Amino acid sequence: MPNYTLRINGKKITVNVDEDTPLLWVLRDELSLKGTKFGCGIAQCGACTVHLNNSAVRSCSLPVSSISGESITTIEGLSETGTHPVQLAWKEIDVPQCGYCQAGQIMTASAFLKEKPTPTKDEIREAMHGNICRCASYNRIEKAVKLAAKNS
Amino acid sequence: MSQNKSLSLSRRNFLKTSLLAGGGMLIGFNLLSACKPEAILPIDISNLNFNDFNAFIKISDEGYVTIFSPNPEIGQGVKTSMPMIIAEELDVAWEKVSVAQGFYDPKNYQRQVAGGSQSIRFGWDALRQTGATAKQMLVNAAAVQWGVEPNTCFASQGIITNATGDTLGYGEVVKVAANLEVPENINLKDPKDFKIIGHDITNVDIQKIITGDPLFGIDYSSERMVYASVLRPPAFGNKLASFDDQITKSINGVTEVIKFGDKIAVLGSNTWAVMKGKKALVALWENDTKLESTDDHNFELIKILNGNKFETNREDGNVESAFKVADKIIERTYESPFLPHNCMEPMNFYANVTDKKVHLVGPIQTPAWTAGKIAKILNRKPEEIHLEMTRMGGGFGRRLYGDFAEEAAQISNIAKKPIQVIFSREDDMAAGTYRPAIKYRIKAAIKEGKLTAYHLKEAAINGNMYGLISNFFPAGCVPNYKVSTANYKSNITTGAWRAPFTNFLAFAEQSFFSEIATELNKDHPQLIIDLLQNVKGTTDERIQYSPERMEATINLVINKSNWGKTSEGIYQGFSAYYSHNTHVAEVADVELKNGMPVVKKVTVAVDCGIVVNPLGAKNQVEGGVIDGIGHAMYGDLSFEKGIPQSVNFDKYRLIRMEETPEVKTYFVESNLSPTGLGEPGLPPAGGAVANAIYKATGERLLKQPFINQLEISKSKLLG
Repeated sequence: MPNYTLRINGKKITVNVDEDTPLLWVLRDELSLKGTKFGCGIAQCGACTVHLNNSAVRSCSLPVSSISGESITTIEGLSETGTHPVQLAWKEIDVPQCGYCQAGQIMTASAFLKEKPTPTKDEIREAMHGNICRCASYNRIEKAVKLAAKNS
Repeated sequence: MSQNKSLSLSRRNFLKTSLLAGGGMLIGFNLLSACKPEAILPIDISNLNFNDFNAFIKISDEGYVTIFSPNPEIGQGVKTSMPMIIAEELDVAWEKVSVAQGFYDPKNYQRQVAGGSQSIRFGWDALRQTGATAKQMLVNAAAVQWGVEPNTCFASQGIITNATGDTLGYGEVVKVAANLEVPENINLKDPKDFKIIGHDITNVDIQKIITGDPLFGIDYSSERMVYASVLRPPAFGNKLASFDDQITKSINGVTEVIKFGDKIAVLGSNTWAVMKGKKALVALWENDTKLESTDDHNFELIKILNGNKFETNREDGNVESAFKVADKIIERTYESPFLPHNCMEPMNFYANVTDKKVHLVGPIQTPAWTAGKIAKILNRKPEEIHLEMTRMGGGFGRRLYGDFAEEAAQISNIAKKPIQVIFSREDDMAAGTYRPAIKYRIKAAIKEGKLTAYHLKEAAINGNMYGLISNFFPAGCVPNYKVSTANYKSNITTGAWRAPFTNFLAFAEQSFFSEIATELNKDHPQLIIDLLQNVKGTTDERIQYSPERMEATINLVINKSNWGKTSEGIYQGFSAYYSHNTHVAEVADVELKNGMPVVKKVTVAVDCGIVVNPLGAKNQVEGGVIDGIGHAMYGDLSFEKGIPQSVNFDKYRLIRMEETPEVKTYFVESNLSPTGLGEPGLPPAGGAVANAIYKATGERLLKQPFINQLEISKSKLLG
């Protein structure tokens, strides 16, 4: 199996895995970064969202061999202690119910706000449309993204 | 109702204290006995030890309180709200409280189940009594220390004060308290003095959730653990004939292939390898029982409705004679498909079966039942089973069934190593225990402008509505009333799904009442309120709902939704439903956009008694309403020769952000004990939306998911 050197949350890490292994399973199984969640495996639900150079990507469908030096940020690396404006907004609004999809929601929202710091309601709804919350905490997700935009 | 209640039950039956070696005091209690005033623990009380308890409060020497929340957390908020109730009566500042998940006790479990929206309802009195008893023990201990009478002292916010104004913190008296008799005749607080209950408290796991801490079952791992992916029969009715694992075994990371029953487990060092390995298995299947398709189910259920083989669940008066003399008869048939639960966290479980014990870790709503089943399957003693519950990435009823835990235990038992079974989304959606397809036929008689008869027939797959449902509205409101049920036994496995039966029945019923209202030229909510008058003061003890509470709930939603007074282009639909001891009324606001109805807003009124945590409660209601709309609109799992036809989110549509309406929730003010909240918001939602769409388009929706009919109508409209 080949070696891959990845830049994850600011650290260089080398892993020895099959070339088709999705980044999701490298994070979860090889590196014990369990914050990134498995939901569907086909990039349809957003639970596995991480940042690849500031862009939100679905790590379940991103083979490790396709990554070449980009910096990867996971929920664990978004901030040291959960103080990213999006995380703080999630806390203030008390968004989660079961909480499983929320890391993915937060990663999508934080990448989106970097690109669009003052979004409209419709832009927020469109940006978050790819992330499923089965508990349907959508009203609060929308509010939290709005609040994070205001506070960042 | 529970104000200043003096308790006669012996505290010693359910509570025990002990000093902790590391400092502080531990209070153990058992909710099984605490929940039932007449119950006594089935073992010798003098020999109780801490293994006999399933919930604990720890008070440290510094006065910090740790509460071990006894019920599993599936997202319904009990890990926050149950400790809030204890902390309220214990009278400590919430900032001094931390919460940990309680562990599973195989000997004396109580309602250690999340399901049926009953955790808070059953736990309410017991949790209050426990907190209040602990507080009294601390007061008694302070009184001993001061040499005064306990009734001259009082406690508040973790501090005990005596008549001369001396104070002691809870932490300073735990050493004495731990050795005192458990006091009896405890006074509970008057709800108006509540400092924690009724206030917004943030989810206790919020920091862990937003930083991605490993909280969920799927995040669990242990040294030497391997992953397992399981190939199950692709069709309901298949069994395994033979298989070839040659390619599978050549995949990097795959270590072992194990056949158990009609399933094959692929074990390996990482999830990707075992998922690939499973896909590479070449299996031959043969037919064991009939391979059923959705067309078969439709045929069978309609045949049942057209026939006369029913059980009678309840019958008042004589519907047949009322139909004979009716001025008008309305009859409609409502149809629903199978639904998978689709918890975001796919099913998974960890098992390590050794000669000494069976260690199980994972997301399960029924730890006791599942541990018992596993003990039987593995032929082990119940006390050898150690089951740890994790936070659950959704439940919706799916995690009541421990099939995935049983698989994990069986595989580990054969492999002789720790393993974690992980379902792919496709595995998860194809593995069964679905919400069964159901059809309702409702027939009503109208005479002289009044509803004189109501006959509901249920044709369902595998099982029928639970007994209480036939005593929900409109039982007692209509003089001639009948509920008849029958079912078709299928080999497709079915189970509870958020608000079992009522999740679809409420839609059928409230759509039907909207039609009756139209026929009678009455306002839908007014028709329901008028009917409710007929059951006020009833002596029929079977009646489950309260007409007074339902009427107040309806009035609140009428008021808050601006019912009947909205601007042009907004179409409103109403629905009200009682379930899980909670009364809910909803109004949906719908707009038309390019010929398609769009749900813009839902106003909800809820009477669930005292609202323990309004912040969490609103989240539950919002989620339930949107879930109800999403599944009524889009949810559809069909079968072709036993094979489920949509097994991932590319084909199976769940509601997403852009389809989500704004949900506005209002609670009826109440001093009554809290009732269920995880489920009751859901049932009325589909009906409110269907009734609003009728106002917008003139079209009645009788079949779920609505989207099929809406798309046909749209294409007709656009030519």
